[in-house]
Amino acid sequence: MTNPNGYESLPNAIINGASGPTVSCRINGSEVELPDGTTILDAARLLRLEIPTLCKHADLDPTAACGLCIVKVEGTHKMPRACCTPVEEGMEITTHNAEIMDVRRTVVELILSKHPTDCLTCGRNQNCELQTVASDFGIRQAVMPNIAHDLDRDSSSQALTLDPARCITCGRCVHICQDIQNVHALCFLDRGYGTRIAPAGVSLGESPCVRCGQCSAHCPTGAIFEFDETRDVWEYLMTPEYHAVVQIAPSVRVAIGEAFGLAPGTNLTGKLYAVLRRLGFDAVFDTNFGADVTILEEASEFIQRFLHGRGELPLITSCCPSWVDFMEKFHGDMIDHFSTCKSPHEIVGVLTKTYYADKMGIDPSRIRCVSVMPCTAKKWEIKRHESMSASGFQDVDVSITTRELARMIKQAGISFLDLEEEECDPVLGDYTGAGTIFGVTGGVMEAALRTAADLITGETMEQLEYNTVRGLDGVKEAGVEIAGRQVRVAVAHGLGHVETVLNRIREAREAGDEPPYHFVEVMACPGGCVGGGGQPYGVTNEVRMARARGLYSDDARRTVRKSHENPHVQMLYKDFLKEPLSAKAHQLLHTRYQARLTYTR
Amino acid sequence: MGKLNRDDLDRLESEYQESRQERDYIRVGMSTCGIAAGAEPVYRFLCEEIRRRALDVEVRRSGCLGMCHAEPLVEVSVAGAPRSLYGEVGLDAARRILDQHVEKGLVLAGMLASQDGLLAPPEETVPRIGRQLRIVLRNCGIIDPTKIEEYIARGGYQGLKRALFELGPESVIEEMRTAGLRGRGGAGYPAWLKWKLTRDAEGAEKYMICNGDEGDPGAYMDRSVLEGDPHSVIEGMLIGALAIGASQCYFYIRAEYPLAVDRIETAIKQARRMGLVGKNILGSNFSCEMEVRLGAGAFVCGEETALIASLEGRRGTPRPRPPYPAQYGLWQMPSNINNVETLANVGPLIARGGKWFASIGTESSKGTKVFAVTGKVRHSGLVEIPMGTTIREIVMDICGGAEGGKHIKAVQTGGPSGGVIPEELFDTPVSYESLQELGSIMGSGGLIVMDEDDCMVDIAGFYLGFCVEESCGKCAPCRIGGKQVKMLLDKISARRATAKDVTELRRICHAMQKASLCGLGQTAPNPVLSTLRYFENEYEALLQ
Repeated sequence: MTNPNGYESLPNAIINGASGPTVSCRINGSEVELPDGTTILDAARLLRLEIPTLCKHADLDPTAACGLCIVKVEGTHKMPRACCTPVEEGMEITTHNAEIMDVRRTVVELILSKHPTDCLTCGRNQNCELQTVASDFGIRQAVMPNIAHDLDRDSSSQALTLDPARCITCGRCVHICQDIQNVHALCFLDRGYGTRIAPAGVSLGESPCVRCGQCSAHCPTGAIFEFDETRDVWEYLMTPEYHAVVQIAPSVRVAIGEAFGLAPGTNLTGKLYAVLRRLGFDAVFDTNFGADVTILEEASEFIQRFLHGRGELPLITSCCPSWVDFMEKFHGDMIDHFSTCKSPHEIVGVLTKTYYADKMGIDPSRIRCVSVMPCTAKKWEIKRHESMSASGFQDVDVSITTRELARMIKQAGISFLDLEEEECDPVLGDYTGAGTIFGVTGGVMEAALRTAADLITGETMEQLEYNTVRGLDGVKEAGVEIAGRQVRVAVAHGLGHVETVLNRIREAREAGDEPPYHFVEVMACPGGCVGGGGQPYGVTNEVRMARARGLYSDDARRTVRKSHENPHVQMLYKDFLKEPLSAKAHQLLHTRYQARLTYTR
Repeated sequence: MGKLNRDDLDRLESEYQESRQERDYIRVGMSTCGIAAGAEPVYRFLCEEIRRRALDVEVRRSGCLGMCHAEPLVEVSVAGAPRSLYGEVGLDAARRILDQHVEKGLVLAGMLASQDGLLAPPEETVPRIGRQLRIVLRNCGIIDPTKIEEYIARGGYQGLKRALFELGPESVIEEMRTAGLRGRGGAGYPAWLKWKLTRDAEGAEKYMICNGDEGDPGAYMDRSVLEGDPHSVIEGMLIGALAIGASQCYFYIRAEYPLAVDRIETAIKQARRMGLVGKNILGSNFSCEMEVRLGAGAFVCGEETALIASLEGRRGTPRPRPPYPAQYGLWQMPSNINNVETLANVGPLIARGGKWFASIGTESSKGTKVFAVTGKVRHSGLVEIPMGTTIREIVMDICGGAEGGKHIKAVQTGGPSGGVIPEELFDTPVSYESLQELGSIMGSGGLIVMDEDDCMVDIAGFYLGFCVEESCGKCAPCRIGGKQVKMLLDKISARRATAKDVTELRRICHAMQKASLCGLGQTAPNPVLSTLRYFENEYEALLQ
């Protein structure tokens, strides 16, 4: 029952006016007409009736595991699951009555009886779907003996912590990992009440896991969460000898508000700069600046390959660390297609310990560089290769997720939302509209096209927005005309969609045909970084779209919207790097890849 | 032997019959039950002795005749003496049989095995044995399952021939509908309807699947059929494949049945060699391939959607239905899954017609049912009775009642999904509906007899323990509920429970029935609820 193409939740399809055959049924006595195929769960939601569930997630096909969403259907003695039962013509459905409530309550008690009771020390305390359900059902006493297993935690990936004892085997993580991401690191092992989630036979660190963290973003409980490194950050902040520097990724600014009760997409850039200073950072930078630098390097790389035939086409983006990991593990034959340019936060990291340190006369050994990312894989990326220490020190010392920063702000007791907006430190902070849209699928491509078009034509092109690469379609293909030549591009997000694109490239290569694309962007997470595995919980496509809108309006608001027009980037090249792809740029801003084809599927 | 066409089949049937009638033979039951009881050394001994004594007697092997209590079984047919069936034959007995019966024509009356008046395996192709009527087991214990000729000699593949050349897919389904054959795996879903739904579903491919993942404790009729008469299942599969429009069949057989797997694989090879499997079967334009897949040892893989997942190489866990396999089955294609016993009925049903089949049984439950009768009963074994036979007839008459003069208290039917039926209700005629009304189910046909020494709380605990072990772990009500119920039963057995615990027991059982995803979890509480229904006093006696 996999549907790798379908992220859209049904109510959306209905609200957007799906046409086609309909059925009418009665829910709790109310007559409703619904598109054929609507599940009882979605039908009830349209009537503003929430049926509890712990396994169904809007992004995913129903796994039908938890058994909470059972309802009564007239004419059958069984209680079908609302999450996976389509409404049928004439169906009479009851969503709440004494018997249903009694069964649901028993199911909640059963799940609790197989779950640890130490909520206070759980990574999801106060942010746990099971806790919410238990609270809603007013469970005040454990009637059944607790039979939770004592299972070891697994933090070997240094990006995610697996705490299988807290797993309720809802199956979301396995579904995401196998069917949506096509990684197959997580699976169910053993059976019966010993069933647990784990990589088969190895630790997570040794498994094919690419650390995208989608499992953690979808887990209803504390069974998988980000590898918490806030302690290190506090240490940097509390140690006077250190010069603590921070940078925030594009998509963090439009998502962190959700952890403080704001709507998805609310842009908190200025408040984030302010709160980071309040936390004690000595300099506040912005990864968007690094994104602008990435674009200069990557667009130049593209021109080298596209116009001068130096290197393989298509050029494939490499700023997503899960994608890099995935490529190295499963698609090593694509290495020559990869942009060697580092990801934006690594660029800000290395420039902090070289360019900025020089400029400010700070000993780089005293600098501690923290990046705040929507991403769990960034925790791994900062150590993935020796080139990540191009400054002579590890360029980024610690990478934390949006969720971790939200906790730090809460710990510090700062009234985040009441702060006045501030500016960042401009040296490595000022950014363009092109830099900020890195956080959404298609954004890197769009930013690169803005710069590439100007560089190729030598003119300042009018076109800024490339709508064909925007949106949540799994694979977006477009043709763009630059200087009379057709540039064929493809954008894929969600690793499950990548294979289609890669296979097309391979087929052409094997047939000796011209490559189907010239430039390909890949982001591992559905929606790109706005849907990153380290973002606040509760992501759905609506949330992804709202966050994306936040970034696109940030872009639209900017006076400078092309990376190469960023004055601070221009200064960086003038004073330090000389020009894109210079020897210095190569030394500091580029990396290498190695095939690690250890896994087969 | 080359590939057969439609006319070869009849010719071969009579040729084989004739060639075998004249010879003297000794036949040894060599199914798992016989082998476990020591049939192999007996068989080897007989072969060697006959060679040494230079007797003109053929030593044959057969499957299980159903009289498992009397294994090893040896049938002797020599000119000048009545055909006889000897039970519990060891090496000494085998020597005496050779000395007296084979060489001198003297029947050893004290060593004869009998059940329900049967003194020797019957000759008819659909034999009656006392109260039993054998359609499914028609050849079990009579033919050598490794020889396709013996199956053909007893009318084998005549159903397939009729389906191919007289009926065609639509009429086959119509015959099935007339016959009223219902699924023998347990649920009793009309087989014709399943076939029709799969036939009507759209799909580039369709698959016919045989569910040989028999797993109920105490049930082994499917194994006996696969071991004792593999071609009967293959014939059923071919007719089904023709009816639904499939050209590929899969046998899903549990790996713990190595002999069954071996016999089916041999049978498929033979059938392929004779043009009964493969391209242009019997010269028709119907082609169908067949493969065997092994189950990996999970009870839940008998559930259709879990079986499909397992066949595809995935973890064997059920998924929600709809969509049903008939629309969305193996590799997303319309697929039909039938149980072994269901399929073994199909050949004779089609050969003799749906009306004949419908004349057997009750109004709603047609045909026969095979029960594997075990427990505290004198003659344990396989019994095939027309639907409508009472439980008392099965237990008391056919199987000889209790051992050692004890009082029989109840029977358990339907395995871990079933329930107990107390002795006072033994006059109930067996049908899908009647057993359900009593709080049990027909199930796959396990029938375990319990006497006055058996504690009903223990019985419930045994079945619950089985379900706890076998729960796939996917859905919470089954995964955790089963464990909690088992712990409560253990508490009651240990005399530490109170009346409140029994209330709790009922509450969790109710939630499991209503909120479990698949049949395993939904029915797992049945043994508890049915023992509570009929033997609540035994629970109360254990409470504090």
